[in-house]
Amino acid sequence: MVEPLLRVEQVSKHFGGLLALDRVSLSADIGRITALIGPNGAGKTTLFSIIAGSLRPSEGRVIYDGANIEGEPPHRRARRGIARTFQIAQPFAGLTVRENIAVGTHLLRPARADALGAADDVAHEVGLGDGLDRAAATLTVARRKRLELARALAIAPRLLLLDEVLAGLNPSEIRDMVPVIRAIRNRGITIVMIEHVMQAVMTLAEHVFVLSEGRVIAEGPPDAIAADPDVVEAYLGRGAAGRTVAAGHTHA
Amino acid sequence: MFSTDILIPTVLNGLMTGAVYALVALGLTLIYGVLHIINFAHGALLTAAMFAALFAYQLWGFDPYVAAIFLTPLFFLLGYGLQRFIIGPAAHGEDRNILLVTLGLAVVIENALLYAFRADTRTINLPHAFDVIEVGTTFLAVPRVIAFTVVFAVALGLWVILQRTDTGRAIRAVAKEKLGAELSGIDVAHIYAVTFGLGTACLAIAACLLIPTYYVSPHVGDAFVLIAFTVVVLGGMGSVPGALIGGLFIGVVESLSGFYLGESLGQISVFVMFILLLLFRPAGLFGAGT
Amino acid sequence: MKGLAPIVGTMALVGTVPLITSSNVVLNFLVMVFLIALVGQGWNLLGGYGGQYSFGHAAFFGTGAYVTAVLQMHYGVNAWLSFGIGIVGGAVVGSAIGALSFRSGLKGSYFALVTLAFAEVLRIAASVAPITGAGVGTLIRLDLRPEAFQFQSRAPFYWIALGLVGASLILIRAIEHSRFGAYLVAVRENEDAAEALGVDPAAVKLGAMTISAAITAAAGCFYAQYFLFIDAGIAYGPWISIEALLAPLVGGIGTVFGPLLGALAVRTLGELGRLMAGDAPGLDLVIYGCVLILVVAVAPRGIVGVLSGLRGHALSHKAALPTPLERDNG
Repeated sequence: MVEPLLRVEQVSKHFGGLLALDRVSLSADIGRITALIGPNGAGKTTLFSIIAGSLRPSEGRVIYDGANIEGEPPHRRARRGIARTFQIAQPFAGLTVRENIAVGTHLLRPARADALGAADDVAHEVGLGDGLDRAAATLTVARRKRLELARALAIAPRLLLLDEVLAGLNPSEIRDMVPVIRAIRNRGITIVMIEHVMQAVMTLAEHVFVLSEGRVIAEGPPDAIAADPDVVEAYLGRGAAGRTVAAGHTHA
Repeated sequence: MFSTDILIPTVLNGLMTGAVYALVALGLTLIYGVLHIINFAHGALLTAAMFAALFAYQLWGFDPYVAAIFLTPLFFLLGYGLQRFIIGPAAHGEDRNILLVTLGLAVVIENALLYAFRADTRTINLPHAFDVIEVGTTFLAVPRVIAFTVVFAVALGLWVILQRTDTGRAIRAVAKEKLGAELSGIDVAHIYAVTFGLGTACLAIAACLLIPTYYVSPHVGDAFVLIAFTVVVLGGMGSVPGALIGGLFIGVVESLSGFYLGESLGQISVFVMFILLLLFRPAGLFGAGT
Repeated sequence: MKGLAPIVGTMALVGTVPLITSSNVVLNFLVMVFLIALVGQGWNLLGGYGGQYSFGHAAFFGTGAYVTAVLQMHYGVNAWLSFGIGIVGGAVVGSAIGALSFRSGLKGSYFALVTLAFAEVLRIAASVAPITGAGVGTLIRLDLRPEAFQFQSRAPFYWIALGLVGASLILIRAIEHSRFGAYLVAVRENEDAAEALGVDPAAVKLGAMTISAAITAAAGCFYAQYFLFIDAGIAYGPWISIEALLAPLVGGIGTVFGPLLGALAVRTLGELGRLMAGDAPGLDLVIYGCVLILVVAVAPRGIVGVLSGLRGHALSHKAALPTPLERDNG
């Protein structure tokens, strides 16, 4: 049994009186795609922020590559190889697409020319190859998502945290992104993705964790999760499981 | 050195000065609480108000306490106009720009006063400025006691406005949730301007309270305003009770340190406290969040 | 325009002025322009590239000036050495203020406030401390020898000031094309996103502040050497903090040539004002304040921005994020 690249152990998070996460444990196997799903407000992005280091857990620990990374700030974790995208895309608005990505490629390349050249390569990998000189602020939502992805890839991560990278995309844009994500996984990068787009979760994920009201209520392969009545109830309300036709694939 | 004969008057004087600091800080914290901007022009506006009070007396013989009656609405309108027609439009909503525009206003107002009236300090000589009343074993200057009382009256008045009037409710709504307020039909630009006007009106009152016992020069506002900033940070940005308590506290601290350390070091000690607060406890005592 | 050519070309061109004219009026004016340009270059690195607006850059200018003056007058240190130490002194003050501010996470208005407060503390301290001459100020004794960094004619001063400006232009350009520069701009645009890419925002900001302070301090050292008199109001006063930010803003915030162009524009405006309305104190600052508001309202990218706009560039440092409803053909 290979040690998972990421292990979240009994992580809880309080915000004042609010308990956002309640003893959450999950793991991401190396080289696999793990999905984190659940209704809005379940605490998924909070968990990402704790893994990435911008929030500190009230209890519990995060083990990455066998090491307890407690207390390390986000930039240190990035240097370790943990990359994340943001739910609401945060480009460097005043910079070009290439310059945006170069901020990431610079991590391993001190020289400007190298960083810019490598940025071009990363851009092509996610399909942003044309329009590299455009201001990031002028991009459409779909392209911004790709830029988020490109920037995260630019730091050559081993663990990639994707926060709703498909949100706001239309069906054809989603269809275009899925193979890109799969190709990243095929390069050996471990992916954890928060996603609401169920078709993508079904096709991409190898293991799924379901978070509801701060607790993990189910985990397993995608088909098992889709058929799990607790999961259906978490999304649709009490009694819904009985009313819903067992659906292996929900159509977005 | 620490005898009560010296300590009590020093503390009482500090409280009375602190009340005026609180009033200046009230305007600042109100503006911050609603517009979420730090009004760098606050000091210059206070200076302008003091000059206005000065001239009301010298040119037309208005006692400052009487002048307050018409200066307050006048400065309300000035503040309203500044926010509505200059600060708001020029800044295009960007925080960095608002910083620069209020700084620019401060520079313009102060230096216009400097250009027009030179750097000499002026004072007015009011017959009743030297009256004192006896409290226990101490003598307190009447104007300062009046100032103390008026500040609390103004604070109460502000509370009534904010809690009991429609405009006040709108102000509180915009402070809490601007987008929601806008969607409910509140004219946010107008509310911003009203708030700024209220803040400036506080300055007009403060100016009239200060004039009997204080000198006027183009830079006098600066001294007060850095202290007001300290009060606001201490009491918590956006907190009205914080401004009051903070003001009194700083007044006492300044009075005591000024007495024991001399004037310049007294000034520096307030600045140092300000810096320490910003560095270590920017949310203050009653912070409403940054 | 590529490479160092524009910088070298401009410097060479401007360097010929003393060969054409010996008018002290012209040379004095231009020396002040260079001085303010240098101060502005310092501010611009932290404010324009780094996005951290300091309202108290006088703290570094004044430190440079006082260190230079005091070392020479009270300790007999050589003028050139004092100049160098003055720059270091400014850098030390900059990194101290920066370390305190950035480790505490101060940003935006709070950062502006704290820099203002530090400058004021220094001003008050300088106005009462005996070593700085308290209220009277400090004079540097007249000693017209090159070894004492004083010259009979204006020309050497002119070229030294120009040289300092040129050096700062080269430095800023080098930073622009370095990883440090890319990180600095990223922190300006979005600190959280930068951090997620491995950038240490506090360290980057601190580095920028230290270099910024050093550049501005150099201007202060030069001022002391050129005018031979400083006091607390000159060294640490608001006037220099304001010109420090006005020049880059008017000329083009976050650009290499912005501070120089802006200094020229601002100083010219000041002179025009003086010509039209006399020498009364306060007038030039009134003009500056109005210019500040106008530039922010109408031309936030300054002269460089206007010129680029005429050439049809689409890129903007201040581009706002479009709302989610905005789409284009990308």
